Amino acid sequence: MKEKRPFPPTLQLIFHLLAWLPLLWLLWSYWQDALGLNFVRTITLRTGKAALIFLLLSLTVTPLYLLFGWKWVYRYRRPLGLYAFLYAALHLLTFVGLDYGFDWALVGDAMRNNRYTQVGLTAFLILLPLALTSTQRSRAWLGPKWWKRLHRLSYLAAIIAILHYALLVRQYFTQPITFGVILAVLLGTRLFMALVKKRYALG
Amino acid sequence: MRNKNRFRSNIPRSEITPEALYRSRRHFMQGTAVLSATALLAACGAPSGPPEAGTPPPPGAEGQMGTAVPTFTPAPDNLTSEQDILSYNNFFEFTIEKETVAEKAANFVTAPWEVAVGGLVRQPGVYDIATLKQQFEPEERIYRLRCVEGWSMVIPWLGFPLHKLLEAVEPLPEAQYVRFETLYDPAQMPGQNSDWYDWPYVEGLRLDEAMHDLTLLATGLYGKDLAPQNGAPIRLVVPWKYGFKSIKSIVKIDLVAEQPQSLWMKAAPEEYGFYANVNPDVPHPRWSQATERRLGEVRRRKTALFNGYAAEVASLYEGMDLQENF
Repeated sequence: MKEKRPFPPTLQLIFHLLAWLPLLWLLWSYWQDALGLNFVRTITLRTGKAALIFLLLSLTVTPLYLLFGWKWVYRYRRPLGLYAFLYAALHLLTFVGLDYGFDWALVGDAMRNNRYTQVGLTAFLILLPLALTSTQRSRAWLGPKWWKRLHRLSYLAAIIAILHYALLVRQYFTQPITFGVILAVLLGTRLFMALVKKRYALG
Repeated sequence: MRNKNRFRSNIPRSEITPEALYRSRRHFMQGTAVLSATALLAACGAPSGPPEAGTPPPPGAEGQMGTAVPTFTPAPDNLTSEQDILSYNNFFEFTIEKETVAEKAANFVTAPWEVAVGGLVRQPGVYDIATLKQQFEPEERIYRLRCVEGWSMVIPWLGFPLHKLLEAVEPLPEAQYVRFETLYDPAQMPGQNSDWYDWPYVEGLRLDEAMHDLTLLATGLYGKDLAPQNGAPIRLVVPWKYGFKSIKSIVKIDLVAEQPQSLWMKAAPEEYGFYANVNPDVPHPRWSQATERRLGEVRRRKTALFNGYAAEVASLYEGMDLQENF
């Protein structure tokens, strides 16, 4: 009964407001001149971290359903994934536009020499087709089986994104490790549940 | 004939601070009225005028202000603001967070302070910081500083060329290198409790690099004594090398026969070599060195070979493979 009730619009509104919060916070900090001396770096770090957080949140949906049977969480999967892509795109735009002023020779040089840039770009290139095929129509076009297979790449994107982050920090690996542990728990839950399911099916 | 062209670099004209502006800055800093090149010469050793209204000298700055020889070094770029220089620092002895170093270093005790100069020299000595400043008059040098991480500043240092001190201690013929050491005091420098690095901080220069006139022992900036976060009370400044070569809060200088191994060479030998000359064509193993961000600017600039001091220092490395000797 409960699950069939239309989703409360207030909750939807709150969710989307929260999702735009990192961007609003960034704009507010800019307005307040609170981005620090190397503000391009701050913008890069903040958009990147937002992308990573939303990506992990989108990967939390299925484990939550598997563990607690909450079907309603699936409503959030697509928007969470798309917000992850939005912040990843802003992150890349900051790098290419703000940092390198769209100077493609310099961007090319960075792509050739910066290991973290190469790794980060790989993660983005994985997210791109996922964002493009997020609509119901493309899901129908791909067929549920292939759509699922394709979108499982989001786990790979998350692994690579965390590696991208880890390559940047020095000494204090707490944050990349935390993200890594969260991802491991999420992926572990899925694998565990898949195994359990298989066993029951066989038994 | 002033040595105006001595530190000329290949930075385009458009990037050079207008001389009038530079002089007005000098005027502001020195509190001196007449500032033609000859007047500057005449002012050598003379106490400077009274500080301008509203700019009281910081505590302890009087000696430096009074004895500063206003050597005219052409300003190659726009100066980074004093506030920025004071609040964006790499000084791992305190913290690895650049923008909190100032706060963490605020209570760092820099007086009394002695620098032991020895090793392969005829006249080893322990120099009190005040004696050093008295013996070797600080002069102003405006240098670009390029960090290996890819950001840069332009800083008006106060200091004296290292060669003056080295000449005073009379290096022996066997001396080939100079080894520098930072204070080791984990109680004051909490970062030294970290096992990531082999403290204390050590850096080194080849003797000819150390004797080069650009190589400075800085005791101040913007006409004031160095703040702890900038390496008080005395630090090295080697403007054509990445910033980490310019070791801070020095307590020991030794002339040695063998190439010293720096803290960074020990920490990551693949990434940090002995020379660490600024070179856009030699990327760090993990990132490009072709560009840099001047603090306060949005877009990156292209990095210049030897940080724009090629005319002065390229001859030191003639015939050397700079890719190999990074």
